[in-house]
Amino acid sequence: MNRIDQRFAKVRQEERAALVTFIMAGDPDKASAQDIMNGLPAAGADIIEIGMPFSDPMADGLTIQLAGQRALAGGMTLAQTLDMVKSFRVHDTQTPVVLMGYYNPVYIYGAERFVIEAVKSGVDGVIIVDLPPEEEAELGDHARAHNLNMIRLVTPTTDDNRLRKILPGAGGFLYYVSITGITGAAAANAQALTPRLKHLKTKTDLPLAVGFGIRTPDDVAALSEVSDAVVVGSAIVETIGKIGKGQAKISDVITQVTALASALRQPARKRATNR
Amino acid sequence: MARSASLYKSVPDENGHFGIYGGRYVSETLMPLVLSVEQAWEKAKDDPAFWAEFDELARDYIGRPSPLYFAESTTRHLGGAEVWFKRDELNHTGAHKINNCLGQILLARRMGKTRIIAETGAGQHGVATATVCALFKLPCTIFMGATDIERQKPNVFRMKLLGAEVRAVTSGAGTLKDAMNEALRDWVTNVNDTFYIIGTVAGPHPYPAMVRDFQSVIGREARQQFMDRTKTLPDTLVACIGGGSNAIGLFHPFLDDAVVNIIGVEAGGHGLETGQHCASLTGGRPGVLHGNRTYLLQNEDGQILEGHSISAGLDYPGIGPEHSWLHDQKRVNYVSITDKEALEAFQMMARLEGILPALEPSHAFAHVMKIAPTLPKTHRILMNLCGRGDKDIFTVADRLGVTL
Repeated sequence: MNRIDQRFAKVRQEERAALVTFIMAGDPDKASAQDIMNGLPAAGADIIEIGMPFSDPMADGLTIQLAGQRALAGGMTLAQTLDMVKSFRVHDTQTPVVLMGYYNPVYIYGAERFVIEAVKSGVDGVIIVDLPPEEEAELGDHARAHNLNMIRLVTPTTDDNRLRKILPGAGGFLYYVSITGITGAAAANAQALTPRLKHLKTKTDLPLAVGFGIRTPDDVAALSEVSDAVVVGSAIVETIGKIGKGQAKISDVITQVTALASALRQPARKRATNR
Repeated sequence: MARSASLYKSVPDENGHFGIYGGRYVSETLMPLVLSVEQAWEKAKDDPAFWAEFDELARDYIGRPSPLYFAESTTRHLGGAEVWFKRDELNHTGAHKINNCLGQILLARRMGKTRIIAETGAGQHGVATATVCALFKLPCTIFMGATDIERQKPNVFRMKLLGAEVRAVTSGAGTLKDAMNEALRDWVTNVNDTFYIIGTVAGPHPYPAMVRDFQSVIGREARQQFMDRTKTLPDTLVACIGGGSNAIGLFHPFLDDAVVNIIGVEAGGHGLETGQHCASLTGGRPGVLHGNRTYLLQNEDGQILEGHSISAGLDYPGIGPEHSWLHDQKRVNYVSITDKEALEAFQMMARLEGILPALEPSHAFAHVMKIAPTLPKTHRILMNLCGRGDKDIFTVADRLGVTL
């Protein structure tokens, strides 16, 4: 069983949803990003998503765009992103790590080389935003051969025809994009999402993670009622953005994640009923 | 060199691939939209009623066919090959861009879309989009880099007069690629009512093929006009390339004519050796951006670089995927021309022909000036004069040290 499956088995046992936290590799600087990543599991993050910085992040809002720009300005590269995971693995062999980004840096690095190095570094899954199933084979075939999960996105515009293309070859979990829009945009509504997620559950055994527009412990609590995992990105990255300006500290990020994580662990939030 | 008649008509394949180039590299939210544009386009392009509407407006609104002009004075001055211009700068709005905007807005109407978005660099595609939106009373938002807004004020004002909302893009360096990123972000947010009119032969399938088909009116007309006037085909075609829509428009109907030599001219900026240029084919390598795989200016880590050109219309770090394929096939020969050479060609055409060309086709003309004297008098060069230079007089004045 791989780390992602193990982690979902564990949170299921604890009768709660998983917290997925997103940070950008190299943001606000390489050393701080490493410290933040290393501190996330103790703060309660169940799965760590690491953004691979890209100059042209077409699906991201301003917060994540700026994070990528900060990282690139500090000289972050894809090879160093993999090193960051390698360093993390020295202390943590349990927490799943998922890389998220755009295809061009991976393509230039070399798809097969990327997969081999990623697995060696301790990466468990990859989300490539601009690589739909139709174009995915040149990376995905290598990934599946090396047991690296290709995590795919499902969106409000995805109908059953698309699902039939998306689900074969998908691994780890399904990432449900809660809104039509970019990261950091308007909030997702748990109630409105319920029928959609229930429908998806009938189509796949993969765990469902819900992301985009989830910012606060209350958002996390509400969404955790209807999904297997909740992704928080822009809200955390905003705090990280303040570190560079001297308006926040690494401990503030950890405090924020701790609050998000505790929202999942309140006894009232224990579910198992509406699954 | 592969030159079978079927080869150039066989691309792209059903997934939009020109060899390894093209494709549909977009987020899952956009996939159903991109597929629905493709479906609508497949239907429209086989519908005579669609083309009847296109042809009528092309004639009465754009002013097509554009003339074929024998540049006698240039020919005499250069002392070699005959030089001919396809005069697409005489179109309504002053460039070839409107051919594509007309086609796409007719498709948007067929699809029942009620809002139009577009990206623009120099503002020419923005003006052409705003123009057809005014014609069809569709609200229109144009994304333009903040840097470009500053250096292209007249076109910003034109777009506003035509009723468009011009939205400044401050992310990145605030130029064309950032405007395209922002347009894609808008599209992903407004998936139900919005149609994205992409300005060049790039983006996810079907855009590169669809824009090519709309712009091919240039080459079809030119081929017929040339045959009527000279009873032969031109020996050499020359066109400038940013994204490459005017070039593919001229080239495509001639690709199967093995006797026709075809040259695309990229923007060499300050010179390829300086790294300050927009020559994706001669100075870049294959990568994935804005929905397609193609040659891109990028660093060793796959980060996209900002290009540089005196011509804002060529200032894009990529190129249409079909050009990348034609480059690899060696069917088209791609060269580059520097800012300085283009500026000299701009002034030369003004004096020789009484035509102020846009800085984009000034690159093509600079290459014509290089090769015509080396070719025999029996050789005929056809150049696409794809835009007029009124918009560029401020840039030119600035480079010449003239205060207006």
